Amino acid sequence: MAAAAAVVAESLAGYRARAARAVLEQVVLPGEELLLPEQEDGEGPGGTGERPLRLNAGARSRGRVVCGPGLRRCGDRLLVTKCGRLRHKEPGSGSGGGVYWVDSQQKRYVPVKGDHVIGIVTAKSGDIFKVDVGGSEPASLSYLAFEGATKRNRPNVQVGDLIYGQFVVANKDMEPEMVCIDSCGRACGMGVIGQDGLLFKVTLGLIRRLLAPDCEILQEVGKLYPLEIVFGMNGRIWVKAKTIQQTLILANILEACEHMTADQRKQIFSRLAES
Amino acid sequence: MQRGLDSETKKQLEEEEKKIISEEHWYLDLPELKEKESFIIEEQSFLLCEDLLYGRMSFRGFNPEVEKLMLQMNAKNQVEEVEEETVELDVSDEEMARRYETLVGTIGKKFAKKRDRANYEEDENGDIKPIKTRKMFLKPQD
Repeated sequence: MAAAAAVVAESLAGYRARAARAVLEQVVLPGEELLLPEQEDGEGPGGTGERPLRLNAGARSRGRVVCGPGLRRCGDRLLVTKCGRLRHKEPGSGSGGGVYWVDSQQKRYVPVKGDHVIGIVTAKSGDIFKVDVGGSEPASLSYLAFEGATKRNRPNVQVGDLIYGQFVVANKDMEPEMVCIDSCGRACGMGVIGQDGLLFKVTLGLIRRLLAPDCEILQEVGKLYPLEIVFGMNGRIWVKAKTIQQTLILANILEACEHMTADQRKQIFSRLAES
Repeated sequence: MQRGLDSETKKQLEEEEKKIISEEHWYLDLPELKEKESFIIEEQSFLLCEDLLYGRMSFRGFNPEVEKLMLQMNAKNQVEEVEEETVELDVSDEEMARRYETLVGTIGKKFAKKRDRANYEEDENGDIKPIKTRKMFLKPQD
């Protein structure tokens, strides 16, 4: 960590933008500028600012680069706005120059369009429900945004219920709006989450780690006993198992997973499996 | 009474009006700027960055509907080949062909005249099939 900080301080003192490719999987700090791969040559030796003549037109047709969370566009470069590790994903199929983003850690959720979240109904006013999603404002949820809901056939939602839905409108200028159906009108698992169970809060980074395709934690947890989990991208997890004790064990494991190493985790799971 | 203006003076007046109007229009006195095409798109969502699994999960049969959903949604993510594409047929193709064959007979019988209805006989299976033989004049044999 000290070595990384020293490197970063050096580059900031020199005030030169670094190539994004050189910094992958390293810690970046807000305020740094990153050069995209095609611009490296222009800033190369001498830095006179003259671009060498290119005979191949391949450089220009690189496609679009997507800058994800934690990065902003600044002219032709990327500006880092959050501290964390820089990640990159190659484009899967042809078009696009890939995605760059910063893997940061935070507890506060900012609503983003398309995210699936768990919300708590706080008020019912006329045709809409006010749902607390952990952001700066409560999101609004129309009563028609449930599967099979019509004006006569209202959904059975009470204040205090848990809702699993996704955002359709989420930007800094407007109140966020969520719905419990997808674009075809089907529920797809969204809607009111059932009775019992326990809702608790974790950091956003842990949720993303748990939802990664190759997550070992979930595979091990799934072998313990029958259970149901719902993950909300706003840092909320709802768990339910057959008995209260099992539910509490599960909640404790998931909360502690944040700070445990793989070995400690395996120890705990083996102890649980015995009992 | 106002006399009509001459055509020439009319034209002059119109031209002057047009001049005044076009001078009043504002325009920017800048050289033409080329629009820079930006190659960078900003997205605030993590969905593009990482392939995340579906948020609802159930293990060891706790909630069978959610387990079905898990398979559906995660298969969509990975774009696997859906093996259950072929819809299970309620009626096999052969049976369908047989039914159509006899259907022709049944509908044909409906529109046949009374005399021709006798031509339609019932087969062994109970299917109605038209007999192709027609009544022709038989020459009496001496």
